[in-house]
Amino acid sequence: MSELNTALEHPTYNYKVVRQFAVMTVVWGIVGMMVGVLIAAQLAWPALNFDQPWLHFGRLRPLHTNAVIFAFGGSALFATSYYIVQRTCQVRLISDRLAAFTFWGWQLVIVAAAITLPMGITTSKEYAELEWPIDILITIVWVVYAVVFFGTIVKRKTSHIYVANWFLGAYILAVALLHIINSMEIPVDMTKSYSVYAGTVDAMVQWWYGHNAVGFFLTAGFLGMMYYFVPKQADRPVYSYRLSIVHFWALVAVYIWAGPHHLHYTALPDWAQSLGMVMSIILLAPSWGGMINGMMTLSGAWDKLRTDPILRFLVVSLSFYGMSTFEGPMMAIRTVNALSHYTDWTIGHVHSGALGWVAMISIGSIYHLIPILFAKPRMYSVSLINTHFWMATIGTVLYIVSMWVNGILQGLMWRAYNQDGTLTYSFVEAVAASYPGYVVRFIGGAIFFSGMLVMAYNVYMTSRRDVEPKAIPATANAA
Amino acid sequence: MTSFWSLWIIVLTIITIVGITWVLFGNRKREERQTDKTTGHVADGIEEYDNPLPAWWFYMFVLTIVWSIGYLIIYPGMGNYPGLIGWTQVGQYDKQVAVADEKYRAMRDRYLALPIEEISSDPAVRKMGMRMFSNNCAQCHGGDARGSYGFPNLADNDWLYGGTPADIKTSITAGRQGSMPAWGSVIGEQGVNDVTAYIMSINGRDANEKNVSAGKKVFQTYCVACHGADASGNTAMGAPNLKNGIWLYGGSAEQISHSIRAGRGGVMPAHADTLSEDKIHIIAAYVYGLSQ
Repeated sequence: MSELNTALEHPTYNYKVVRQFAVMTVVWGIVGMMVGVLIAAQLAWPALNFDQPWLHFGRLRPLHTNAVIFAFGGSALFATSYYIVQRTCQVRLISDRLAAFTFWGWQLVIVAAAITLPMGITTSKEYAELEWPIDILITIVWVVYAVVFFGTIVKRKTSHIYVANWFLGAYILAVALLHIINSMEIPVDMTKSYSVYAGTVDAMVQWWYGHNAVGFFLTAGFLGMMYYFVPKQADRPVYSYRLSIVHFWALVAVYIWAGPHHLHYTALPDWAQSLGMVMSIILLAPSWGGMINGMMTLSGAWDKLRTDPILRFLVVSLSFYGMSTFEGPMMAIRTVNALSHYTDWTIGHVHSGALGWVAMISIGSIYHLIPILFAKPRMYSVSLINTHFWMATIGTVLYIVSMWVNGILQGLMWRAYNQDGTLTYSFVEAVAASYPGYVVRFIGGAIFFSGMLVMAYNVYMTSRRDVEPKAIPATANAA
Repeated sequence: MTSFWSLWIIVLTIITIVGITWVLFGNRKREERQTDKTTGHVADGIEEYDNPLPAWWFYMFVLTIVWSIGYLIIYPGMGNYPGLIGWTQVGQYDKQVAVADEKYRAMRDRYLALPIEEISSDPAVRKMGMRMFSNNCAQCHGGDARGSYGFPNLADNDWLYGGTPADIKTSITAGRQGSMPAWGSVIGEQGVNDVTAYIMSINGRDANEKNVSAGKKVFQTYCVACHGADASGNTAMGAPNLKNGIWLYGGSAEQISHSIRAGRGGVMPAHADTLSEDKIHIIAAYVYGLSQ
């Protein structure tokens, strides 16, 4: 292994940590999505928990969310941010040891999550289920990450800080703030703690964290990724520097307000609900700014989409990003939320962002990175990237369409009433009516997951020193 | 909320909205044409065009800001300021409930005035009652009202707390608290086994004769107060009949022993705060009708 790493070492940059995180992105993507497919199957066929507590939906669902957001998405962000900050600042990371610490520390967090969550050890705060010892480990790793990232920016050889680094910097700072404030808890023993907040305040802090995990971890971080890999892969200048300034500042200023839209028609005071809704509406334009800047960067290079499946991943991810950032503000409107809240529509919305945007931009970026990191001219098989692209797209579409149908169906069934004023349906009738949607969702998820296996094979073959990349087949041009 | 915090919210909101408006207008370029001019920055070979903000995007952004200001004038949002139309979510709820009451109350009140025995066979009442039952009672008692482990069957003719219309209404309105004390430490493990044998015998099931006669003595000392000398139960305190073969917590020897040794607790929640009397009347009629 050390021989391999020496052979691949870049004279200036630390590619080792980037390579480690890039490979783990694929590994954790497979693990996290496999758990997702299992729990999707459980919703259609509940017997699939085999009466084992550690296979129960309630324990595996947080394992799925943590694995795909923080293990898969997190590894992708670590890999790309370390790569981007070095390339665009033209310096090596300030410390190889600290970078290595973040890699092993983050893997330890993930393994700890994979052990404790199925055991039922949880704070029960959504997306922050990990108990206090792991929370402390996350904090330490994250502070070291910030030191490495910002230290490298300070040391840069370029005068200007590239836009990708603004987004990555904002994501690192905001996630530190969110994690520390939301995870304030009083330990009872090694595996149990209680939040310092109570009642409505706890709910509000939780959703301030929860929505900004989406806003900063899953949006700002991945916009940083987009701002490097889209112009790089398309080999075109970024469309508008001004647009990037406006949408950056507006995005970070407004996202932080949007959390209360998760608590419409609850004990949260009316004024807080309204502000969450209003800021969510304002958020539409700043969100679309990133999509426009990415899409328009391709103007003059649209023909490359015909031949380059990596670019397809990146562009389609931007389309899903634009779609879900339109859907989000719409669902934040009180009257729309009254229909969509607590239904599968929310799950569909999250996955159009998670599969369509986050996963696709990560997959595209990793396909861009892997040949560079393993000193190969290109991926082992370009046509397999194309196969993966179609599996990912079809899987995502099946997933979100089935959840839209289910969500609207459930929302309408819950509120339907008869001429005598009684509710038309009991709750379980809406569950029964959701069954076909759950099956379609399972199929879509399984296709998306299978695409990750195709990727793993392609990455493995690219990493092998004794295997040369296949010639690009003529059919890839015609596809 | 104190006026300090109210002001705090208002000031932060205004700073945010004014701030983004300033950034938006400050970066607007006068000549609205695309050029090939770049900013001159190069990052790892990536350049940036100095293109203007897309006009449609700019106006969309302005529109959302204007809409938001309007919303915050009309609706609550700015701290303690209640908004022009005085909307609240509680007010909206009350209004919708009032509208529904206005529409349906008269019909339900007509039924309320009639005795349950009379309306329990009315198809319209049964239909209404079934739907209300589905959404309020089926979670525990099941969609068919046949109950499950720990939750009584409401469709047979065995009643823990009595099956008259008045009893059923009281159960729904005020709830019930069933409590079987734990006797393990009082009568000992031998006593538990003996009483179990006795219970088995009065249900016509096989049991050791010696245990049965010992169990009968224990039963007559400790159990008769609630379950009665003939073990037929007492609806005044929800003590079940022990010889009709109907078991709320299972009828195996092991389950019966467990009930005696460790006790049982059953709770039927009160619905006086969530369902109005006219609705309880209709649900009671539906439940009463199930066993008629």
